Amino acid sequence: MTRPPEDFPLPDYLDQSPAVRARFARIRQREPILEVRGLGKRFHTRQGEVEALRDLNFAVHRREFVCVIGPSGCGKSTLIRILAGLEPHSSGEVLLDGAPVQGPGRDRGMVFQGYSLFPWLTVKENVMFGPEMSGAGRDEAERDALMWLDQVGLTRFADAYPHQLSGGMRQRVAIARALVNQPRILLMDEPFGALDAQTRARMQGHLLDIWRNIDVTVLFITHDLDEAIYLADRILVLKAHPGEVQELIEVPVPRPRSPGQFASVEFRATKARLEALIHPPQEQHDEARLEPEIQPRLIRLTNVNDDVE
Amino acid sequence: MPMPSIDAGLPLKPALQQQTRHWFAVRTVLDAQQRLLLGVGSFALPILVWCLVSYLPFVWHPKMEIRDAGGVDYFQVGMLVDHAQFLEERDNMVAQHLALPRGVPANPIYLPAPHEVALAFVRAFTTPPEQKDQPWLHEALWHSIQVIFWGFLASSLIGIPLGILSGTYAAVGRLNEPFIEFFRYLPAPAFGALAVAVLGIYDGPKIAIIFIGTFFQQVLIVANTTRKLDATLIEAALTLGTRGVRLLTRVVVPGILPDLYRDQRILLGWAWTYLIVAELIGTSTGITFFITQQARYQHFDRVYAAIFMIGVVGFGTDLLLARLGRRLFPWDRSTDQD
Ligand SMILES: Nc1ncnc2c1ncn2[C@@H]1O[C@H](COP(=O)(O)OP(=O)(O)O)[C@@H](O)[C@H]1O
Ligand SMILES: [Mg+2]
Repeated sequence: MTRPPEDFPLPDYLDQSPAVRARFARIRQREPILEVRGLGKRFHTRQGEVEALRDLNFAVHRREFVCVIGPSGCGKSTLIRILAGLEPHSSGEVLLDGAPVQGPGRDRGMVFQGYSLFPWLTVKENVMFGPEMSGAGRDEAERDALMWLDQVGLTRFADAYPHQLSGGMRQRVAIARALVNQPRILLMDEPFGALDAQTRARMQGHLLDIWRNIDVTVLFITHDLDEAIYLADRILVLKAHPGEVQELIEVPVPRPRSPGQFASVEFRATKARLEALIHPPQEQHDEARLEPEIQPRLIRLTNVNDDVE
Repeated sequence: MPMPSIDAGLPLKPALQQQTRHWFAVRTVLDAQQRLLLGVGSFALPILVWCLVSYLPFVWHPKMEIRDAGGVDYFQVGMLVDHAQFLEERDNMVAQHLALPRGVPANPIYLPAPHEVALAFVRAFTTPPEQKDQPWLHEALWHSIQVIFWGFLASSLIGIPLGILSGTYAAVGRLNEPFIEFFRYLPAPAFGALAVAVLGIYDGPKIAIIFIGTFFQQVLIVANTTRKLDATLIEAALTLGTRGVRLLTRVVVPGILPDLYRDQRILLGWAWTYLIVAELIGTSTGITFFITQQARYQHFDRVYAAIFMIGVVGFGTDLLLARLGRRLFPWDRSTDQD
């Protein structure tokens, strides 16, 4: 990746303005919602044993926004599925409010990358699903659902079916469906990965708005560096084979965030650091390494005067 | 924030729709008029072939229908003889200086012309059967429909729940599917004699054959459909606090319902194919009795009319169910092109 020549060297991504440093100090004061200690995961497959995660340690504090980033196949989805209780872990422990998690539960909401709305239910009924499962009456569930649809701006589409909505709208419903249960933590596995750039940008802003306004802690997986920096308080950088914590970065970009900050020095310094971690300059990208070496031998097949550049 | 319109998420429908129609563009979506035209054509073509064979004597007509026996002692008016035989006898007559037989080219008795079948079809509903104890065509058909209905219902009542459980819980599936895989290779009609011994000679064994023919396929197909349900939906439900039986009743069953409905339509079609064999078991009844009786008297026009009637009822039911399906499952996208 080429970038414009720097007029002055970037500051270190570890440099924090006083306001940012104070904010992190405040976050550390809050109680941890989620604690991960010595977490490891092995898959037993026909090809043998795969070590997907090794000795993960981190904590997420109340109302913190943590992003997890790493090359594809490094175990991000495995991690979040373990946290959600959808996958058992092999070693270590996961504590939610100090208690070990056992199986999936309403205290951990999840938004999946693919569309996970129930296609046979309308938008409103999708959001009502959680409250109904916890024994709320239909009226109460409906009231909660409408309140949350209002929060995500989809009141008009309450009676539409998911297939009638655009991708961004479906993910907004998925967020509302998870939040109506008032989970302690919202787990999101590349929720905007399938969206086009414009919609994704809008959804990021929207998610920040929601997070600001309600008492929820977010663990957000992405492979998009800009997205991670824009959203996160801290970024957990994983490396692959096996998945291990490479660094837990405190993002020095001040809040409130706005798209204008993409060009700020803090933003660029953080991005430079992430790029160095995820695409080490000397070593090739993990996936690229698996590709066979291809030496293109290009022969000019156009008229010599017919230049495109 | 500007709100995208409600159909922003709809797949772009006719991607290759242009001003001029392309009949042979690869993988295009046909427009409504094209679909109708081609659909009618798919019926018109075989009927056209039938007409050509029936009404143009030079196309096939391997027989001669005798109009005048002439000097041939065994010829009778209306009799069908082979072309070669007719020519041979005529040569004989020429040699013996007797009157020549006359005849017109005709098709074999088993291939009546379209208008004859059409007439037989109408008469089947308008003129009473020749023998007193014989059923009308619609009575025979109604009896057949009842046999299918009970066989299919009994199979579905057990097969669908078992299939869903097998597709949901690996242990249940493993406990019955290997045996069912084996059993479905045993031809259902092979159980005919056994069914008569156990259930008597009337409708019992017939229903049993329909049941055996449907049930084993049904369990496997429903189990497979259940397994194809997107696992993300189940996981989403789990993270929303769904547990136990409600996972089955609130997620799995509604999730597979449109596909289950489609499976049932296909299985019902198969049940019809077992009908004829089933009705031959014990005392022959229903549409099969009608057909075999008419064939015995060489009323092949009525045989075709009855076979055609089975097609109308089967295909008609399926069309109706397809319509109904679109009503029942408004969220199901795969029925759009049905
Ligand atoms: N169910 C599974 N069985 C076996 N291996 C798996 C399974 N799920 C994931 N893995 C392996 O674990 C590693 C991490 O996968 P995943 O968590 O999906 O990565 P990411 O989400 O970061 O792309 C990969 O090498 C993958 O092949
Ligand atoms: Mg993943």
